[in-house]
Amino acid sequence: MARIGVFVCHCGENISATVDCGKVAQVTSDIPGVVVSVDYKYMCSDPGQTMIKEYIEKEKLTGVVVAACSPRMHEPTFRRACGEAGLNPFLCEMANVREHCSWVHDKNDVTTDKAIDIVRTLVEKVKRNEPLMPIKVPVTKTALVIGGGVAGIQSALDIANCGHKVIMVEKDPSIGGHMSQLSETFPTLDCSQCILTPRMVEVAQHPNITLYTYAEVESLDGFIGNFKVKIRKKAKSLDEKLCTGCGLCCTKCPVKNIPSEFDQGLSNRRAIYVPFPQAVPNKPVIDKEHCTYYIKGKCKVCEIVCPTKAIRFDQEDEIIEVEVGALVLATGFDIKRANFFPEYGYGKYKDVIDGLQFERIASASGPTLGEIRRPSDGQIPKKIVFLACAGSRDPAKGIEYCSKICCMYTAKHAILYKHKVHDGTAYIFYMDIRAAGKNYDEFTRRAIEEDGAKYIRGRVSRIYERDGKLIVVGADTLMNAKTVEIEADMVVLATAGIASPGAEELAQKLHVSYDQHKFFAEAHPKLKPVETNTAGIFLAGACQNVKDIPESVAQASGAAVKVCGLFSNDELTRDPSVAVVNRTAPPLFSTCVGCFLCQSVCPYQAIEKEEIKSRDGKILKTIAFINPSVCQGCGTCVALCRSKSIDILGYTHKQVYAEVDALLNTL
Amino acid sequence: MKLGFYPGCSLEGMSREYSDSVVALAKRFDIELVQIPDWNCCGATAAHNLNKELSLSLPARNLALAEKEGFTDVVVPCAACYSRFSTTHHELMHNHDLRHKINEVMEMEYKGTINTLNVIQFIDKYIIDKIEEKIVNKFNYKAACYYGCLLVRPNKVLEFDRTEDPQTMDVVMRKIGADSIDWAFKTECCGAGLSVSATNTVARLSGKIVDDAEHRGAEVIIVACPMCHSNLDMRRSEINKYLGKKVTTPILYITQALGLAVGISEKELGFNRHFVPVNLPKKAETVQKEEVKTQKVEVE
Repeated sequence: MARIGVFVCHCGENISATVDCGKVAQVTSDIPGVVVSVDYKYMCSDPGQTMIKEYIEKEKLTGVVVAACSPRMHEPTFRRACGEAGLNPFLCEMANVREHCSWVHDKNDVTTDKAIDIVRTLVEKVKRNEPLMPIKVPVTKTALVIGGGVAGIQSALDIANCGHKVIMVEKDPSIGGHMSQLSETFPTLDCSQCILTPRMVEVAQHPNITLYTYAEVESLDGFIGNFKVKIRKKAKSLDEKLCTGCGLCCTKCPVKNIPSEFDQGLSNRRAIYVPFPQAVPNKPVIDKEHCTYYIKGKCKVCEIVCPTKAIRFDQEDEIIEVEVGALVLATGFDIKRANFFPEYGYGKYKDVIDGLQFERIASASGPTLGEIRRPSDGQIPKKIVFLACAGSRDPAKGIEYCSKICCMYTAKHAILYKHKVHDGTAYIFYMDIRAAGKNYDEFTRRAIEEDGAKYIRGRVSRIYERDGKLIVVGADTLMNAKTVEIEADMVVLATAGIASPGAEELAQKLHVSYDQHKFFAEAHPKLKPVETNTAGIFLAGACQNVKDIPESVAQASGAAVKVCGLFSNDELTRDPSVAVVNRTAPPLFSTCVGCFLCQSVCPYQAIEKEEIKSRDGKILKTIAFINPSVCQGCGTCVALCRSKSIDILGYTHKQVYAEVDALLNTL
Repeated sequence: MKLGFYPGCSLEGMSREYSDSVVALAKRFDIELVQIPDWNCCGATAAHNLNKELSLSLPARNLALAEKEGFTDVVVPCAACYSRFSTTHHELMHNHDLRHKINEVMEMEYKGTINTLNVIQFIDKYIIDKIEEKIVNKFNYKAACYYGCLLVRPNKVLEFDRTEDPQTMDVVMRKIGADSIDWAFKTECCGAGLSVSATNTVARLSGKIVDDAEHRGAEVIIVACPMCHSNLDMRRSEINKYLGKKVTTPILYITQALGLAVGISEKELGFNRHFVPVNLPKKAETVQKEEVKTQKVEVE
């Protein structure tokens, strides 16, 4: 006979404000099989848990129902407590009387009655619960890091330095990401490349890191600890072992007018190219879309000049398959461009540029070798206008969020400009100055007080060109919204940060959830900021939300520690709620008739055929077998099985029907 | 073909030439514009500042009348009327309770089948594809297309063209041979209803518009709104005073420009009703019939 204990939690006032918890305890104590029913202010507190443990021992309970919050947060808490008292943890269930009852209803008798009904259903379920043991699965101690920007680099190095293998996949020909494009970094003004390139080299040379550049993830199978990943290595048209990186091919290629991605279109590159001089690996790739040989079938100048004969025009994409235990997504972000700002003439006027372009202009390795010269005619701009919030915080443009980095980098741009153009004037239109961070506000004050940047609080309605000047029309909201017109030589738009173009597709491939702006979603906004909803896949950097360098690096290290934590076990324990095909005595063996409809719908390829043989090896029956280490317990096969031969452990037909019967009073 | 037509107050009064040119142009393409019987004021700027229900009931009655008459497309040339019609349709279609209430107020039912067209949409839907074969005088002038505020805003309601850098008028004008210029004041405010109460403000706002168009070499400014026209045209003496110079760039309704191109007389198009004289230089090359034929062959 079942001996069930019911423990009703007040959750402070969260539940007791609308539900009469005392009455719930009193009424449910009369349910057959319930031997104890008590209420308490905070059941999840230490005294609350101790009370449950004491009752388990004193009353020899065979099952526990905790009527409290949703199982998402505290089911593990109470199951652990039950386990410590010697009760199988899976004999403990949560009755959700908070989210499903007290929070959504007013205080009255009906609300209390509903809470009682919820408890009643769980009591009937627990009566039918069986003890379950967690499933153990092995762990492949190799991590896959997708994206080779600063976040990916940090994660990869941290994991590799803990002694684990790392595979890094980068879609571009070089690692380095956006940080390698930046000139100097706020708030210290240290050179971006100077601090990043040593880390890039470290990745390439680390014995624990395998680097695949010009490669993309094709597909992902498996589950935490045991992922199988297909990686497409795009053809570089190059034998990397032979190539010495001498660069001769890149100087002889006759196709010279391809806008450089690295320089944001401010300079040109060839069809065979290394994105930038400090690239890692420092070996070229052929851009097949623009290469004359791939378009017209002849040229091959690079092949002719190559001293080591490393060019391979017949190279094809290669797909490799790797096994990894965990993934770190560090695919970064992009910025809004072109057609998005017709009112600012962006894309129409050459001297209206975005923040990344200004970074290239200010960078010593950029197209102007660090001199501030405008793109149209190479003149030094004497009046420059910066627009913070170009697109960000603008619901009319579909981007409600703050891009977070623009206030700081705009201040940095103004400082860099003043350091290089002493007689120039920098104007900054802003909505608010958001400089929350260590030494951040001091930095923006420095821009204003020491470097004389003229901050104007207000938005710009239009930019147009007139007689060679860019007329910036805006409002100064601290001057009674007076219209301000500035005749500028150059305008820099701090355009909104957005998810990188392939983010949505990648998220779908990896079964990772993402928000309406296509940024990858963390599992919990506060307590699980680096986890995703898919176990074993972690987030680092701006793929989750636009972030600056310190934040990206911090999160990357956080993700790395999660991976290392996972790898510190030889085996993982998994929730035993998996599907099983029932087995009975011969001659039936199972109610499964072997139709294998289940096999065709299983999204995880967990279902195989099992032959039941007699002692002399004769096949007596073929039934379905569900591999418990692959099954994710989704229940699709259960719903489809025509003979009701499959059950999810912990949620069997018997248990679920008992819950329904309890509600309908038909038990 | 018959289409519904709502002239509103402006087209019956100070902008009669707009009405005349729309009707004449439609007629040239065998389209009869039939006025909504017993139409009333759209409410324009006054009603929605005072009473929301009134501001919706006034256009809703016109829409309901048009529906009753069996129209699906109603041409509303005035940008303010077009805005009120579109806003009303949008609000009533997105709020069932409100529609019920407004139906009760006007003691008629509006089901929501009317498609309100501004003049550009009308041209785009019924005229543009057939215009090339009817052109007799190419309109080969440098034209600044001025959209103003209400024609393209708010985008959420109208879903017409790009709010900040609209293009539809430019496309139409290029079809008839114009060199539509890229300029900065396409959607800037002309001063609108302040024309009477704060003429100085109108002179300043409209002055900037006219000045930029002239500065960029526009020979004519093209509009599709009676309010824009009267501010840029009727207030020209105040504008000139503000600018400190005499700007002679004429303001034409887009239907007048199209009318000229297809050979409708200046008188029929109401050029004599403008304050700024329309003296376009006679460089319009007359398209030869044979040329049209050869073009046709090429197309085929």
